[in-house]
Amino acid sequence: MSARESLLEVDNLKVEFHTDDGVVYAVDGVSYSIRPGTTLGIVGESGSGKSVSALTTLGLTRGKRTRVSGRILFEGRDLLTLPDDELREIRGDDIAMIFQDPLSSLHPFYKVGYQLMEAVLMHRSVSKAAARDRAIDLLELVGIPDPHRRVDSYPHEFSGGMRQRAMIAMALANEPKLLIADEPTTALDVTVQAQILALLEDLQQRLGMAVIIITHDLGVVAEIADEIAVMYAGRIIEHASSERIFATPQHPYTWGLLKSIPRLDTPRSEDLVPISGRPPSLINRPSGCHFHPRCPYVRDGHKRVDPKLEPVPGEFGHEVACLLPAPLRKQIWQGLQAGRTPDELRRLVDDKPAPEAVAAAQPADEAGA
Amino acid sequence: MTPAGKPLVEVRNLVKHFPITRGVIRQKKVGAVKAVDDVTFDVISGETLGIVGETGCGKSTTARLIVRLLEATSGEVRFEGEDITKKKGAELKALRREMQMIFQDPYSSLNPRKTIGSIIAEPYAIHGLEKGEGARKKRVQDLMDMVGLNPEHYNRYPHEFSGGQRQRIGVARALALEPKLLVADEPVSALDVSIQAQVLNMLRRLQADLGLTVIFIAHDLSVVRHMCDRVAVMYIGKIVELAPGESLYGFPRHPYTGALLSAVPVPDPVGAHRKRELLTGDVPSPANPPSACRFHTRCPKAQHICSETEPPLVDKGGGTVAACHYPLTREEADSRLPAALTAAAP
Repeated sequence: MSARESLLEVDNLKVEFHTDDGVVYAVDGVSYSIRPGTTLGIVGESGSGKSVSALTTLGLTRGKRTRVSGRILFEGRDLLTLPDDELREIRGDDIAMIFQDPLSSLHPFYKVGYQLMEAVLMHRSVSKAAARDRAIDLLELVGIPDPHRRVDSYPHEFSGGMRQRAMIAMALANEPKLLIADEPTTALDVTVQAQILALLEDLQQRLGMAVIIITHDLGVVAEIADEIAVMYAGRIIEHASSERIFATPQHPYTWGLLKSIPRLDTPRSEDLVPISGRPPSLINRPSGCHFHPRCPYVRDGHKRVDPKLEPVPGEFGHEVACLLPAPLRKQIWQGLQAGRTPDELRRLVDDKPAPEAVAAAQPADEAGA
Repeated sequence: MTPAGKPLVEVRNLVKHFPITRGVIRQKKVGAVKAVDDVTFDVISGETLGIVGETGCGKSTTARLIVRLLEATSGEVRFEGEDITKKKGAELKALRREMQMIFQDPYSSLNPRKTIGSIIAEPYAIHGLEKGEGARKKRVQDLMDMVGLNPEHYNRYPHEFSGGQRQRIGVARALALEPKLLVADEPVSALDVSIQAQVLNMLRRLQADLGLTVIFIAHDLSVVRHMCDRVAVMYIGKIVELAPGESLYGFPRHPYTGALLSAVPVPDPVGAHRKRELLTGDVPSPANPPSACRFHTRCPKAQHICSETEPPLVDKGGGTVAACHYPLTREEADSRLPAALTAAAP
């Protein structure tokens, strides 16, 4: 599990967009790594920076008004400093991406088969006939019926689910080592979503590729991710194995996400517990912990101190960026699980002034300001 | 089933076919998209009826037919016992006071050039109610307060509000005329997860406080379970199952309902590894639906008879009506559901 074994290593990635309204801190110091053959789920709401961090991996956010810093190591090479032409060789070959909306990512004028052949010919010196055969194989691989005929169809002749399959086929054209899937099932119906997720899982097992799946749907990541990173306002605020995130979540935002969705496996009478307020602007981020204006368990110090992603005591590989002491977090989560409301549990935070937290807050003040 | 209580809306053999035409000047009808094809159900006064189904199953068309935003090809919609499909002019306008709608997209359903105050007051202007300036403003501010908006934001424009707040504005506008029936067409699909819960809780509270009758349309089965007393499942223009929430989610009888429930991802990596029943292929086109039972092309239980004789919607016990020759057995249903659901089944 050392860093050497990881296929992709993102280290302190920062992406800033300089706009007329100010600097958008879209990604702010994100680090993660992914080993071959595993799946990382990145979860967050709109504007949490989850897509930007993935797009940057492929150099798709490069531009005059974008500042990027940190490192993205792919098999030891830093993708951030790679020249455009070398990056183009990796893109679509070793690292491939599928996007949310399959209709707007396929060219409407060209046949699906031609677009698949293009992906092959771009990176392989093979004949057109061989590329066409490959295109047919790929369509078959992703479960499109009658691929010999379908290879000559236009995108509009495909249904939504088939288009997403075609997009996956295109991404798999060169057997990538890493597949980045940005909301791959959001535009699809549940039964089709289940088909696509099963397909992704099956292909991953057969081809041994690593997958980064970006989504807002906790149900989707629970189904297929090995590890989950929760993002909020451009940062990873909690990172753990999929089992841990759902069994012992540590961050109040993660609790909020888990408690605010209606689920099939909880009693219907249970009220939803919404997260108050709305996601912050990435131009004017709140001071201290970025979640503090929406956090039910906020203490005064949290408005000044910026929490770091730190290991959770006693839980290997579980990291969280929260200023509440770990035993208190455990107590609150147990309370929430027992059906108590955040308002009731808020008392736990007030009752104990926790001098160590206040003391720890003092020296860090300047850093947070 | 015969639910207790008086029906507010009775839908009888409702049909909507959209013609497919060819030619520019003499438009020749070459076929029809059978969006809604012979649908019959009641909406009981004070209940929340959910309609679920995948894209193109006719759930939104059904809702639009009920509020007369579309004209039915045939069939009847009775509101408080009266057929409303033929109403015109002043009668129709009076009817519109009784039934209001909230839409999916809070961005395109509000006029960007009007203030929130005038958007919510528009129903009063249209129907000539609350004529005094002060009284109208008071009413609008009360409504804003009721849906959790700050009444001081009366003079702001839609772009100053977030998605969740805009959806609240849509709800306030719909409630302005104190309708008896509220039709919500995918009211939370466009919202972020943390905001969805705020709007769902508000809708549930308002429904209880005001005694509204709600038709709630969504594709998200977990949201529908949370919101609705009874649920209708549609597939290519037909209702395939209609049941009280507990029955539908505890013991689905139609194989399509079973497949839908089995496909819902459950945010629990331990419980997620239940047996998955994957449907093959896509939903057939409503322009050319399969014969007899429309689900037979994708159904794991289909037999010869399913392509020959259309199964009627009949009582299957537990308050459930389903249209299926070979409904799911207890064991089959259990294998398709998350464990927690079958434990709670009646």
